[in-house]
Amino acid sequence: MTPVPAQRADRRGWGLFDAGAFANGQQAAESSGHREAPPRMGFFTDTSVCIGCKACEVACKEWNHVPEDGLVFTGMSYDNTRGLGSDTWRHVAFIEQRKSLGSQTTGAAARPVGDPGEPVRLRDLPASSGRATPDRLGGGDDERGFRWLMSSDVCKHCTEAACLDVCPTGALFRTEFGTVVVQEDICNGCGYCVPACPYGVIGQRPGDGRMWKCTLCYDRLGVGQEPACAKACPTDSIQFGPLEELHERAAGRVSQLHQAGVGEARLYGHDPNDGVGGNGAFFLLLDEPEVYGLPPDPVVTTRDLPSMYARAALAAVALGAAVMAAFSGGQGRRCA
Amino acid sequence: MRMNRSQVTTRGQEGVRPGREAITGSGSGSGSGSGSGPEPGRRRRRKRRDEPEFGSYYGLPVLNKPTWEGRDIAGYFFLGGLAGASSVVAAGAQVTGRSGLRRTAKLGAAGSIGLSLVALIHDLGRPARFVNMLRVVKVTSPMNMGSWLLTIYGPAAAVAAASELTGVAPAAGTAATVGAAVVGPAIAAYTAALVCNTAVPAWHDGYRHMPFVFVSSGASAAAGLGLLGAPLRENAPVRRLAAVAGPAELVISQLMEHRMGMVAEPYHEGRAKIYLRVSQVLTLAGVFGAVAAGRRNRLIAALSGGALIAGSAATRLGIFNAGVQSSEDPRYTVVPQRQRLEERRAADEWTGPSGGNGAAAPGASGTNLPSDAG
Repeated sequence: MTPVPAQRADRRGWGLFDAGAFANGQQAAESSGHREAPPRMGFFTDTSVCIGCKACEVACKEWNHVPEDGLVFTGMSYDNTRGLGSDTWRHVAFIEQRKSLGSQTTGAAARPVGDPGEPVRLRDLPASSGRATPDRLGGGDDERGFRWLMSSDVCKHCTEAACLDVCPTGALFRTEFGTVVVQEDICNGCGYCVPACPYGVIGQRPGDGRMWKCTLCYDRLGVGQEPACAKACPTDSIQFGPLEELHERAAGRVSQLHQAGVGEARLYGHDPNDGVGGNGAFFLLLDEPEVYGLPPDPVVTTRDLPSMYARAALAAVALGAAVMAAFSGGQGRRCA
Repeated sequence: MRMNRSQVTTRGQEGVRPGREAITGSGSGSGSGSGSGPEPGRRRRRKRRDEPEFGSYYGLPVLNKPTWEGRDIAGYFFLGGLAGASSVVAAGAQVTGRSGLRRTAKLGAAGSIGLSLVALIHDLGRPARFVNMLRVVKVTSPMNMGSWLLTIYGPAAAVAAASELTGVAPAAGTAATVGAAVVGPAIAAYTAALVCNTAVPAWHDGYRHMPFVFVSSGASAAAGLGLLGAPLRENAPVRRLAAVAGPAELVISQLMEHRMGMVAEPYHEGRAKIYLRVSQVLTLAGVFGAVAAGRRNRLIAALSGGALIAGSAATRLGIFNAGVQSSEDPRYTVVPQRQRLEERRAADEWTGPSGGNGAAAPGASGTNLPSDAG
């Protein structure tokens, strides 16, 4: 019955009319009552160098003993994992688009104009020495371009985490690293965190009943190791480190890509002024977030909770008043 | 095509490996990036009229679908509303000396709050750990607050009913009746905050009206219970309550859907549509029956009461299913958010980013402005 310090202090300054108490996303752990916390740790997932190898998915499963999540064939792309959930804590999205990546040209662009559905025959392609350029082909790159976007999705470890806010047992808590973790010995499987998460991350494990999600390898962080997915990533698409440092690195990376002509590079989840106070795991994307299955402008639902409580209180008073009126009304008439 | 400058040979890798510095997408052409409008994902549903284009990941939902069972959770909302409002009716009946109505309302309140607790625990993934709900006091979790409310209200309703039934300890029974009547409205209303405090569009976006829909639905059910169980000479207050609560529920529901805009679409589709239509028919029939003949005909009073109770249950099931349906379609997540984003960007372009919004992450300012996006 005694509130656990981490939970009680989780919303320091959270009055009924003062939601969203975190002034600075860097101080997620301090705001949760951790004194002398280490720097906030996080992920910067740079999707521009993701090669879709899924080493992160495998490493995560192996390290965290995440059970099999359904051996399905989606038929939609190279992605048979579909999305995050109780048994998928890293998910590699594959997107195939008929547009070019930056100013890159592909071999596929060199094939003679024909039926777009017709398979490409190797002998129709120019020799690799003959560089195919849009000029030589005389076509726009919109029609001839082709790109794969690959992105390894993960729990965002929000500064204002809806799952943590709504958890009625305190099973979800803020660690000293500023990450959000489920305590599996406390979770009673109420399921409130599932619809609360604006990213569709957390899920209920079938046959187990409890809720599971990425822990940002809390056990590994505790002994100074980087999370399994970041460790396994062969291209450093998943970068782990102090969030502040990752922000700087990401800003540099975006300007580097912009200078190289990849104008569509943009960051997602890095801004402490966004609807969730910024993410502990943020991304560099090459298209709009929704193309990757990410919400374009998520807002933590708890920001509206003071208003919800106020309206519920008003409604409760109205209910009491209506019933009282029903008993007192008609006293002048003959109806009792 | 420029690739990595590395070569893999029989002696291993030669040359430079660019790693995280790889300039993906840079090519031989000019430096202009391609346009980056959202690629419409594969649609699973038919295109509606005036449907705005939106991007998605193969039409898959952004949100994870609620794991709650409709029977358990919608049932829990319905029974909580019935119990909470009935406790107020019980107190009113006690004060005005209506013994039949008093007994019905007290027993009904205790029975339905008991059942609602059963439904809530049944829905847990780990029912044995229900008491963990009382491990913390957490204002940000309506479910936690509701659990504490239930620990006050449940015993009060039970004591009131037990005393009513046995005649033992009438003073304690009266105190419990008053206590249950005070907490009862909160029990009927808090579940609206619970269901709205989620990312589910058709629930969250209705948060301005949902508490009023829930309490009027609860009042309608409690009025129904009174009509069902109380003798004709005592049912005037619940007839009046039905005449107010039933229409209020329907009207406020309409206002709520109107306010939600396109996010209200799931309320008019699938199971939600069926439940809500059933609710409208039953509630209107119940109100009509209660007002027209509830005073003279015991059978019609009872049937009207039953219709009001069933209508209230159908309302909760309809709202529950609308939320689930809205979480299964990415468009209800993406389109309003995209709209909000575009409006904010337009405002920013007009005035320039304000001081507050411009304070982006350290060193990251200006890296994701729309002008950079091609």
